[in-house]
Amino acid sequence: MLKTMMRRASKVATVAAAGLLAMSVQAADPIRIGSFLSVTGPASFLGDPELKTLEMYVDKINEDGGVIGRPLELVHYDDAGNASNARNFASRLIRSDRVDIIVGGSTTGATMAAVPMVEQAKIPFISLAGAVVITTPVKKWVFKTPQSDRMAAERVLADMKSRGLTKIGLISGTGGFGSSGREQTLAVAKEMGIEILADETYSGSDTDMTAQLTSIRSNKDVQAILNFGFGQGPAIVTRNYAQLGIKRPFYQSHGVASDGFLELAGSSAEGLRLPASPLLVPDSLPDSDPQKAVVQAYKSDYEARWNAKVSTFGAYAYDGLMLAVAAIEKAGSTDKAAVRDALESIQGHVGVTGTFNMSPDDHNGLTADSFRILEVHNGGWKLVN
Amino acid sequence: MFSEFLQYLFTGITIGATYALIALGFTLIYNASHVINFAQGEFLMIGGMATVSLTAMGVPMLLAIILAVVLAGVLGIALQRLAIAPAKNADVVTLIIITIGASIFIRGLAQLVWGKEYHVMANFSSDEPIQIFGAVLNSQSLWVLGVGAVLVAILVYFFTRTLTGKAILATSMNKDAARLVGIRTQMVLMLAFMVSALLGSIAGVVVAPITFTSYDIGIILGLKGFVAAAIGGLGNGMGAVVGGLALGVVEAMSAGYLSSDYKDAVAFSMILVVLFFMPRGLFGAKVVERV
Repeated sequence: MLKTMMRRASKVATVAAAGLLAMSVQAADPIRIGSFLSVTGPASFLGDPELKTLEMYVDKINEDGGVIGRPLELVHYDDAGNASNARNFASRLIRSDRVDIIVGGSTTGATMAAVPMVEQAKIPFISLAGAVVITTPVKKWVFKTPQSDRMAAERVLADMKSRGLTKIGLISGTGGFGSSGREQTLAVAKEMGIEILADETYSGSDTDMTAQLTSIRSNKDVQAILNFGFGQGPAIVTRNYAQLGIKRPFYQSHGVASDGFLELAGSSAEGLRLPASPLLVPDSLPDSDPQKAVVQAYKSDYEARWNAKVSTFGAYAYDGLMLAVAAIEKAGSTDKAAVRDALESIQGHVGVTGTFNMSPDDHNGLTADSFRILEVHNGGWKLVN
Repeated sequence: MFSEFLQYLFTGITIGATYALIALGFTLIYNASHVINFAQGEFLMIGGMATVSLTAMGVPMLLAIILAVVLAGVLGIALQRLAIAPAKNADVVTLIIITIGASIFIRGLAQLVWGKEYHVMANFSSDEPIQIFGAVLNSQSLWVLGVGAVLVAILVYFFTRTLTGKAILATSMNKDAARLVGIRTQMVLMLAFMVSALLGSIAGVVVAPITFTSYDIGIILGLKGFVAAAIGGLGNGMGAVVGGLALGVVEAMSAGYLSSDYKDAVAFSMILVVLFFMPRGLFGAKVVERV
């Protein structure tokens, strides 16, 4: 009896020891990339493609031999769109998982909740969220890949100006995206000498914006109308716009630059313009465009692996991971300070979202030009410039 | 100037007619049981979403609408049978809380089945808007108004001319007395839930081409419908219709002439003003508490 127990115990011990040994060999080697994303919950449309992208490219890089001769290991948590979860997970990534770099934070809320931990722990952090506050003012350890809404406003207003439209009407959603976009548009318009003659809003749950549009239309000086919003609201605005038969040029924001929007707005969207990622029109990019190859490769890789449509949000994760890899290669080690310095000095890194030129005063590295202006043409996207 | 006014009016009446249809559903159940059914908005959502998903599966539009409405009706009966009836002798507040729970449950289920995206439904007739004195009217608005008017007429007939309708009224007036004269009050309650589910889902189908539809569309439309019902006087069909239209028109006018920022504030302060001066709503019955 005792004998068999002893025998069993020794067997278990051998297996456990073997396991430990195997683990320690692995643990010594890989570069640990930490991530917290909103894979479920209200922001899952961001986190889901982001996680898929990270998983897919970590595998791919490992198949190709890893980075500086070491494999990558992805450690990720799902914050379910909750900022306090994000804070806890960031702390866990830093303290117990001891990751080398963090690429994550699907929403601005989650990102900002993690920023204090990251700054305190002095670990490079590449955020995948949009708001200006993440990198303005510059925080030493925090970088981000998406363009800010300010750039979208700059891009749209520049396009209007090039068409000679300088007096415009603005209609925006009262949600976080719409109201931040509205503020940025008002600020940028002042700098660019564009007059905003009408400034209307609608709440996210409104089902008819005819009244607001009628009020803007009645101002005869308004030459063009811009809608800054997110979700189904802009689609309703687009349909009301067409129903009212308003003939003035119509612009939307990058918030609705997706095929889902075209489906909702239908034929009413014909002719409207918006700033968007080149990912929506990979095949119409000119061959001289350095992004063309990157964008096409990302789209076909993603769609082949996951059998789902590629999204611009996943591309933020792609750029985040590739920037991290580039920085580690440049630094030649995973020393946190060296990687951070390398990130800050990245120049001309061609990503899906744009070409990144980081600097000590710019931890985003993109300009408004990384947005392409697209026009809806025959129910699809057409590249304008 | 006039064309703008007309445009705001059209917008207001279209939204208002939607609110009125939802308010009628509230009224019906309130009449039969004094319960405010907060799952009313969910019936609206079921109507729209089921129609959209059935047509996507290739079912012809008309059949899809009928199936969606029937589905909502069955759901209405299930709500009464499975959630309200077991809590037989609970007081009204408890029942109201049960309906809130049911609405969250139905919404969660819809999110699982249909996902979180918004869906489009085609207009019933042409997509071309109608021009009247410089203002434009979506052809679907006429459908909303027309269907609303027909439903109101049917309801009036149902309550004043049919025995079943009268049984519902009798139950609402005095449950015990109704039972004494042989009305099966549980049956009547079930009927009230079914009819109001049918009503809600039909509203959901006719407004879906205007508002789009998604699993959570019922929250805010249900709330606005409740406000409309309260303005009109809970339990009064006429009040529900007037309250709904008034709410819609006030919203559109304040968005047009004041500022779109205050639109919802104006609408919700309207209910305060009305209830302050007329605590039972515009058309509420004068009720004398017997001591």
